Amino acid sequence: MARERRLRRRHAQRAYVIGILRIAYKLLVNDKGKFLALLTGITFSVFLMIQMTSMFAGMMKKASATVMNTGSKVWVMDHAVTNVSSVIPMPDYVLHAVRSIDGVKFAVPLYSGGGLVRLRSGNYQPVTVLGLDDTSLFGRPMLLEGKIEDIYAENGFVVVKDDEYEKLENPTIGTQFEINDNRGVIVGIAKVPASGLFGIPTLYTTFNRAIQYIPSMRFTISYILLEPKSAAAIPYIRSEVRKLGYDVLTEDGFIDRITTWYMWHTGMGTNLVLMTAISFIVGLSISGQAFYSFTLENLEKFGALKAIGAKGHELVAMLLFQAFITALAGYGLGIGLCAGLIALARLKVPDYASIITYSNLFTALGMVTLIAAFSSYIAVRKVLKIEPFDIFRS
Amino acid sequence: MTTAAIHADGLTKFFGEGETKVIAVNNVSIEAHFNEMLYVVGPSGSGKTTLLSMISGVLRPNSGTVLVKSIDVWSLSENQRADFRLNTVGFVFQDFHLFPRLTTAENVAMPLILRRRAWKDAMKEALHYLDVVGLSSRAELHPQKLSGGEQQRVAIARAIVSSPDVLIFDEPTASLDGDTGKRLIQFVRDQILTDKRCILVVTHDARIYEFADRILRMEDGMIVGIDERGSADA
Repeated sequence: MARERRLRRRHAQRAYVIGILRIAYKLLVNDKGKFLALLTGITFSVFLMIQMTSMFAGMMKKASATVMNTGSKVWVMDHAVTNVSSVIPMPDYVLHAVRSIDGVKFAVPLYSGGGLVRLRSGNYQPVTVLGLDDTSLFGRPMLLEGKIEDIYAENGFVVVKDDEYEKLENPTIGTQFEINDNRGVIVGIAKVPASGLFGIPTLYTTFNRAIQYIPSMRFTISYILLEPKSAAAIPYIRSEVRKLGYDVLTEDGFIDRITTWYMWHTGMGTNLVLMTAISFIVGLSISGQAFYSFTLENLEKFGALKAIGAKGHELVAMLLFQAFITALAGYGLGIGLCAGLIALARLKVPDYASIITYSNLFTALGMVTLIAAFSSYIAVRKVLKIEPFDIFRS
Repeated sequence: MTTAAIHADGLTKFFGEGETKVIAVNNVSIEAHFNEMLYVVGPSGSGKTTLLSMISGVLRPNSGTVLVKSIDVWSLSENQRADFRLNTVGFVFQDFHLFPRLTTAENVAMPLILRRRAWKDAMKEALHYLDVVGLSSRAELHPQKLSGGEQQRVAIARAIVSSPDVLIFDEPTASLDGDTGKRLIQFVRDQILTDKRCILVVTHDARIYEFADRILRMEDGMIVGIDERGSADA
């Protein structure tokens, strides 16, 4: 009996909540003009916020391409290195010292530098050259064509088939070219997870050939790629490497350092923050204004509802639900619009640097929640303040 | 007219303080009965709306008590008073205050939704009351598509849908032409007034005085005269 009563009460409670929210929903969507204004405000705000942060994420992915493509868990480098291309070569002894640290499974050198390729057409094209450890070829890319052993053949280079590939005039296996006045031959075509930020094609070769073909300083090792015996060994390895005067970063740590550098030392971050803030303010003002005028239009009706017997929390629930629905719809539309635009842009510009990451989505969700909270706050204040008696006096 | 539906005693309400103090209602006592249509009439600013607001639990008096069906309205908490208004009082506002974005049926169902009735039941009940006021064919229309008289009827359906004991009409004919106003009040008198209901009407409209059981005349916040049915000036 008591259970039945409880069930009935729960059923009535659910029906009541659904009823209240249904009324709120109808009040919102049936006012098509204002609903559209609200949606437009939030949609464009979300679109702009996600677009801005996606472009930054896309650029950062490209800026960290070498780190991601190489796939090394731990990187050893000079303390002053801020991004992959700002290489500060290290002497050979650092490699030997690192190899002798407890907890290091293996350590190999990586060369990273730039070369100038003269193509068969006579055109010149700058390239990024990555020199892999001759013994292990650790960090090698996945080959689409050719055999990785052929990289040891005379003048062997592997070309990355990414968005920049055609800048090398679409080479095939056996294509010859000149690099810094040396002969080069394509022995493999590879694919990598990410291509570089500056639109330069990438060639892989062995470490020794790279330092032979590319003019270098006295020291030649750009990075040491290190495999620890376990993740727990990394702090000890780090402390030992620091004693040598060098830095140890995990893959994520290196990507963070690159991102931080671009964010705060290149002006990109300031622009990103500014544009995101402007998008937020635009969304806030359009949505806040539209929601406020929507509430104002219904204010007397809400007052009448209060007189009839609606309680404050019921009206607040209605307003919050309306703000939630609008925010959710605007958020979804904004993401859709942004994803659509990125897809469209990639049809024309395959290299278009923009990716929607989870953190972009969460950032936009947080901001849209703020917009909804602010919009509903001013509306709630207004509705809670209205006295039913004012309805009689009107 | 048998039992007292409303018993208000010594109601006083003033606004402002010091030199700006205005006494809207000054020590007014009234009694209204079931099956009675009681008018409160008087010039603008005489305090009639203030009096009705205090009786219906909308505006707290500075002094005095209001008993509706023996419930002391102003001893209730705010939430209890909201429930009291929802369950015991029905309002028909001067400007109707119907939600323009809801259909007439949804407008009428609103008090039932607030009373935790399931949507389907509430809509069914709303349709019944729209039928009572002769507007069942207009259930799916939005209020702005209706004439003033029809909107007033929708407001009446909304006021009676939760079967309240007391109905409050605030200037019910102010937005209607003379004939429509008369027909509406005739309809209210014939169809809505029952021996379980008391109707209070605030009005300026002398053309509808003939439908009142009693008329309280207010001036400067005080009752200056009471006319019984048949004795009122038309």
